[in-house]
Amino acid sequence: MRSRITSYVLLFTVILTGLWVLPVSAQAPTPSDDDVNRIARQLYCPVCENTPLDVCPTEACRQWRELIRTMLSQGKSEAEIKQYFVDHYGARVLDEPPNRLVSYLVPAVIILLGVLLLVRGFQMWMKPSKAEANPAAKEPEQSSDPYIAKLEEELKKQK
Amino acid sequence: MTETTTSAPRRGVPLWAQVVIWVFLVGLLAIVALGLRRAQQGTVQPGQKLNNFTLPLYSGYQVDGKSQISLEDLRGKVVVVNFWASWCKPCEQEAADMQQAWKDYEPTGKVVFLGADYVDTEPEARVYLKKFGITYANGPDLATRVSQYFRIKGVPETYFIDQNGVLKYVQIGPFTSPDEIHAQIDPLLNDQ
Repeated sequence: MRSRITSYVLLFTVILTGLWVLPVSAQAPTPSDDDVNRIARQLYCPVCENTPLDVCPTEACRQWRELIRTMLSQGKSEAEIKQYFVDHYGARVLDEPPNRLVSYLVPAVIILLGVLLLVRGFQMWMKPSKAEANPAAKEPEQSSDPYIAKLEEELKKQK
Repeated sequence: MTETTTSAPRRGVPLWAQVVIWVFLVGLLAIVALGLRRAQQGTVQPGQKLNNFTLPLYSGYQVDGKSQISLEDLRGKVVVVNFWASWCKPCEQEAADMQQAWKDYEPTGKVVFLGADYVDTEPEARVYLKKFGITYANGPDLATRVSQYFRIKGVPETYFIDQNGVLKYVQIGPFTSPDEIHAQIDPLLNDQ
């Protein structure tokens, strides 16, 4: 009889403990400030100029950081949160341009083109023309004066 | 003494390169000029016929059960577009007046108020709407498309559009009484 009572008490305790623990185990841990700031520093305040979200002191930024915390606690991934911000506030909130191909390729091509132009221009500027580089190969100018022309002709013969 | 003259070596950037460089520089200047012009342009000006725009609406703040509303849907009505945000303190000054004005015109069916929630979070926006008892249509300005179209400079700003879609008046900053709002809407209703 006594062991039966003990068993019931034990069973009751286990059920009570289970009821107490279940809601707690279902709840996700609250994201820390570090978790929030890890994403916030990749985003910029949409209303302030050039201020990352993690250091922005305004009320609006505080709200957005809280939104990140809420979304993290809902199990949203970093990419999903960033996409939410882009959808709601525009691509300007991102610290990096969204379309990597266009955003990086076009400036890269322009810079490359500029460097090529500069190099080419510099080479052209530095390199003298063929005639200037080899004065010996330069064709003598035909003088219009018949006396000088004759003199040059005689000099050629003597060479 | 004989004078010797030496001609300087021929140097220069080829013509095609010069053309490319100048085209690039002129293009760059054009982009900068356009940016500056846009920055100095200010908001859309009264007298301008507005293009269509669409505003998604928060649930509970919809018009005729529609989850979004377009300006074209509201032809024949005076439209008041109010840009606001829950983090905006001056917006709070006029929130109750806007709601009061809406209540005054709602029974006529001739005026529509649209609240465009500028870069805000929905939970905070809902707290704000509830706090001031706002009942007129409201929704987020997603990706700031609508505010960019109006070229707003801040919040609050309010735009009054007549029955033909022509912008009639722009209020920069908060209203201080419902009468100020009436003063802009009544002439538009009387014109018809």
